[in-house]
This record gives sequence, structure tokens and C-alpha cells, in this order.
Amino acid sequence: MDLSDYPLELPEGQRPMVRFMNVTKRYGSLVVLDKLDLDVAEGEMVTIIGPSGSGKTTVLRMLMTLETVNGGVIYVDGKPLTHMEKRGKLVPADERYLRRMRSSIGMCFQHFNLFPHMTALQNCMEGPVQVLGLSKAEARERSEELLDMVGMIEKKDQHPSRLSGGQQQRVAIARALAMRPKVMLFDEVTSALDPEVIGEVTNVIRRLVAEHNLTMLMVTHQMGFARDISDRVCFFFGGRIEEQGTPDELFGNPQRERTQQFLSAVKEAG
Amino acid sequence: MRFDWNWAFTFEILPRLLAATLNTLAAAGIGYVIAIFLGLALALAQRTPWGMLTFVVREFVEFIRSTPLVLQIFFVFYVGPQFGIRLSPWTAGMIAIGLHYSAYLSEVYRAGIDSVPKGQWEACRAINMSTRDTYLRIVIPQALPPSIAGLGNYLVGIFKDTPMLSVIGVAELMHTANAIGAEHYRFLEPLTMVGVIFLAISLPAAGLVRLFEGWMRRKMGM
Repeated sequence: MDLSDYPLELPEGQRPMVRFMNVTKRYGSLVVLDKLDLDVAEGEMVTIIGPSGSGKTTVLRMLMTLETVNGGVIYVDGKPLTHMEKRGKLVPADERYLRRMRSSIGMCFQHFNLFPHMTALQNCMEGPVQVLGLSKAEARERSEELLDMVGMIEKKDQHPSRLSGGQQQRVAIARALAMRPKVMLFDEVTSALDPEVIGEVTNVIRRLVAEHNLTMLMVTHQMGFARDISDRVCFFFGGRIEEQGTPDELFGNPQRERTQQFLSAVKEAG
Repeated sequence: MRFDWNWAFTFEILPRLLAATLNTLAAAGIGYVIAIFLGLALALAQRTPWGMLTFVVREFVEFIRSTPLVLQIFFVFYVGPQFGIRLSPWTAGMIAIGLHYSAYLSEVYRAGIDSVPKGQWEACRAINMSTRDTYLRIVIPQALPPSIAGLGNYLVGIFKDTPMLSVIGVAELMHTANAIGAEHYRFLEPLTMVGVIFLAISLPAAGLVRLFEGWMRRKMGM
């Protein structure tokens, strides 16, 4: 498929919040994503599971524009993300266009990546003040509200080095939400946590799902958690979606052999 | 050979040496300020996406680091006039020593910037920060504390290299000691005092740098 075969904009009425259209990602000769098609509807919570190296984290990283595409186009809210229109044709997006589009996406990382030289509150205020141009007072109000929601308001003046992993991750969620994204990405946000604090992070995400109409994409190894809160679960294998369905379908009655193998391997390990 | 140390002579020349010490400190200070800013510029220039600029700056840094400082001082002072650029010894000296140390400091900054984890850049991207803010607000503040030890070593280094400016007649400590020696045919006292003065400044400076490093890390909550 040539770039001219992709629409400049998705037609009205058929606009999922996120659309991967024939997206390929390669590192040298290694194909990480192989002509991936994936739609995520507005307000939908989609979980990606699969063995390591199956390309699941790459999906999130491409959506956050941390990686470039080698083929295909990603659309967000009907508009191309990875490409932009130039004289009626799609061309790879430049940094200026990316900055405009990126504002609708937020991401939380496995290792939190809080700014170590700033307090929890400063971490949350940084984006709203520097990027969105909010006044300090507005940004503070917004950030304190979110820190309260994630249960971290008492620790707002602490630096990350004084916080536990679970606490850091909750601050990181507040920091991402302070930018008011339409799409939130959670990349293995509990994988680096001690087992006893995983619950405090998953509970925050549960509340987000219950109380907000955010579109969310999550990569996780917590199968029970994925089953509880997802609208849809995608099982990735070899850079493709091997099987997808509702949590009950995919966990309760997997059709493909690879899905069955993976799920039973995970069950034994867990 | 007889060792005779003349205390009266020592005290007589001390005021002149101390006055020259102020020049030495000024030379080191000015040179260092040039190097601090120019070094950061050289380090950042090597991280731009413009291949040609990166290449030229890289080669420039290698060239400066691979040739002797004293040659660079001579070069700026004596070769400049051939092209119609006439500089006073002070100006030429400050340019040469500032350039020389900026090349070394750029390497210190480079290592400091490289030590900032990739996740920090990605977090900036995820909150849609501009490249400029990413450097100014996130990367450089984190690159500084691990760079301070290196920056401090070169502060002492530039101070100890200022005697090389005497070759083009900058009236710093070494130049003055030599002049005193030539006037009185006595070199033992002035040169010994130069050593004592350098030691008296270098040693506490190194300690202060360590204190500053600790203070900065605490201030940043790291």
C-alpha cells in the first residue's frame, strides 16, 4: 500500500479514537509490528497481552510518538498522527505537527520516569504550566485535585526519591492526567512494583475506568486485573493480533492454540 | 651549594606577589566563565540533528584537546596580527585559555547529559514538552550534579595553567615572580612563594567543590 492509499482524514461517523492502519515497525531486519490493524473506540479500555517480544509495548510507544512507523498510518480522533497533509498528500509528520497531535495522548511508564529534581506537585504542574500555559495557581489547583484523587495529596511536597514505587506510579498517573489527554496509555505500570503495592495502582486505574470516559490502552501481565476492567483484550503474537475479544471470551474460551498455550503458561507461573 | 633563605626579602616581595595573585585569580575566573558557557554550547551543538555542525564541533573539540595550551596561546597572540587581528595579551590569553577549557568542559557536560536516563526524555515527550524546555528544565538540571566533580577539577586545572599566560606577558603570578627574580638575582624566594600561594588556593578550592556538589544534590532531592 502506498501512502496515497490512506485517507487524509477518517470519514465522519467512522472515527474511532485510535486507529492503526496497516502499521509496520521494524528494527533492522526484526519485524516488531506486522501490518497491524487496530481500532479503539472512544471511552473503550483495551488491554494488550502477549509474550515478550510480541510488539505490545511498541503499540503504545508508537501511539506516544516515541517511535516512528516504518509503514502504515496511525489516526487519532480521525486525524493522522504519524503523518500530516502536505499539498493533498500524506507525508511523515514533522516535530511541530507531532507536538500539536501529541497533546491528546498521555502515557505512564513501567519505571514511572518522574522528574527526580522536582516534588510530586511540581512534577504534576510542569506540563500544565510549561506546555499548556496555565497560570501557576490554575496548575496547582488542577494538580492538587489529581494528587488527591490518586491518594497522594499528603506527599505532594516530597521528591520522588522519598516515595515508594507504588506512590511514584500514582504521582506519574496524576502527572499524565494533568495534561487532560483523550487517550491514556499504561505500559506495564505494575511490573516494577512490589506485589503488596500493586493494588494501590490498579485501584487508581479502576477508578479512572469507572468514573471517567477516557480511552485507554494498557499493556499488563496482571491477567486478573485485565479481565476485571477491560472492554476488550487483544492477544499479541509475533507483531500481530492473534486473537481478540471480550475478557470473558478471551480468558474463558480462547479459540487459538497460541492463546491457550500463553494463558496456561501464565496461569502456571502465577 | 648553600641554602640561604632570606625572610626579609620574602616579606618585601610578598605584597607584589599577592597583587599579582589577584591577576591570576582574575585570569582563571574570566577564562573559566568563558569555558563554562562555551563548553555547554559545544556539548549541545554536538546533539543537534544537523550532521555538519555536529561534525565540525566534534573535530574542533578533538583538535583543541590534542594540541598544547601554550601553543594555542602563542597562536592566538602572534598569528592573529598576521590577519589584522591585534589583541592585547589579556584578551588573547583569555580567548585561548577559555577556548581550551571549553573543549574539556564540553566533554564533562556531554557525559553528564548522557547520564540522564532515556526515560526522562520519554517522560518529557509524553507531556509534550518542547525540546528547549526538555533541555533547560529537565535534562540540564539533572546533568549538572554528576558534572560538578569534573567541572571543579577543571576549575583547579585552569587556575594552575594560568602561568602559561606569562609567555605572552600577562602580568600574573608567575610572570611577576620571574620579574622579581630577574631584578634581584634571587629566584628561590619568589618561586617558592608562587608554589605556596598556588597550594594555599588549590587545596581549599577542591574541598569547596566537594561541599558544593553535596549541597546541590541535596537541594535537588537526589
